[in-house]
Amino acid sequence: MSRDTALVSADWAEKNLETPGVVFVEVDEDTSAYDTGHLPGAIKLDWKTDLQDQVRRDFVNKDQFAALLSERGIANDDTVVLYGGNNNWFAAYAYWYFALYGHRKVRLLDGGRKKWELDARPLTTEAVSRPATQYVAQEPDHTIRAFRDEVVAAIGTKNLVDVRSPDEYTGRLLAPAHLPQEQAQRAGHVPTAISVPWSKAANEDGTFKSDQELREIYAAAGLDDSRETIAYCRIGERSSHTWFVLQELLGHRNVQNYDGSWTEYGSLVGVPVALGDEPGKE
Amino acid sequence: MTASTTAGCAAPDQAAPLPASLDLEKETVITGVVRDAAGEPVTGAYVRLLDSTDEFTAEVVTSPAGQFRFFAAPGTWRLRALSRHGNGDTVLTARRGINEAIVPVAVD
Repeated sequence: MSRDTALVSADWAEKNLETPGVVFVEVDEDTSAYDTGHLPGAIKLDWKTDLQDQVRRDFVNKDQFAALLSERGIANDDTVVLYGGNNNWFAAYAYWYFALYGHRKVRLLDGGRKKWELDARPLTTEAVSRPATQYVAQEPDHTIRAFRDEVVAAIGTKNLVDVRSPDEYTGRLLAPAHLPQEQAQRAGHVPTAISVPWSKAANEDGTFKSDQELREIYAAAGLDDSRETIAYCRIGERSSHTWFVLQELLGHRNVQNYDGSWTEYGSLVGVPVALGDEPGKE
Repeated sequence: MTASTTAGCAAPDQAAPLPASLDLEKETVITGVVRDAAGEPVTGAYVRLLDSTDEFTAEVVTSPAGQFRFFAAPGTWRLRALSRHGNGDTVLTARRGINEAIVPVAVD
């Protein structure tokens, strides 16, 4: 993968809003954002109600994913362009999800909703409906998804990348600072994980930094290209952003996103936890 | 609203009242308004909370009255606002409880 096949610019998007076979999809927890104005023709996916099982803490399965995309009018051959708020966190999460279920032509809109709004590009409240399709999903690709036991086994052997803010990494905060801090789990990070906040990879308008800048950031942080990598955050959406950077933009192989992330790891009994600025020992 | 496993990282409504369950003895709330050069509140501005090393910590979008709110920790923080009316910064030292700030923006 590379920037050319994974990312589209706002200019490209604006020119292709009506192109047949291109489907724009907004993914944002704040669904009211879509309702107050979305890209013309864009449909909405709700990461919580559409993409997650409503009983277990897990994804919708392959059949549920296929039913969802069929109902929303996305075909296997469509080029899906994902965008959203929060610097594309949830759009990147959805991108990873589409990749997990084998959708080939998926792109992220560089800068997401923020750049689109700051550029004063067109938004509309017109209702969008697309004719239903017969979408067929592939078996989930677990080479890009890590589970908790793989994370524990990766301590000291694989690259572990903690992409939360420095204060969450050290254990001073338990959640991003726009959320209340009351939490059940322990604070800190997985021992040996390096700290590379997701935000290092983005400019302040939400676009991604250049490949050269990105390579320098991860090299300086001590990411070993010869090893496999697991990225995590709090609930797996910011680490989808970093997974996207490492695997889809920079072309690293064997990068996994640990979607259980700190809300799972920090609640586990008996696993090692490191506090402070240093990665810590095995 | 309390943060839970199922709650996302997307920002809650910035104009909503502080939750009754919030413990202001423990929380450090940074709240305020983004204003343009004429002093009018700026809605839809992106406000970024940057830590003492200038690292990104969080970002929210202002309410129709230009309001924003963060749950941080005691210390020095920089608030940076991006908007169609321009950008602006302000630095504050936060303590436990509610800390109020105004972020002025103007065309750069």
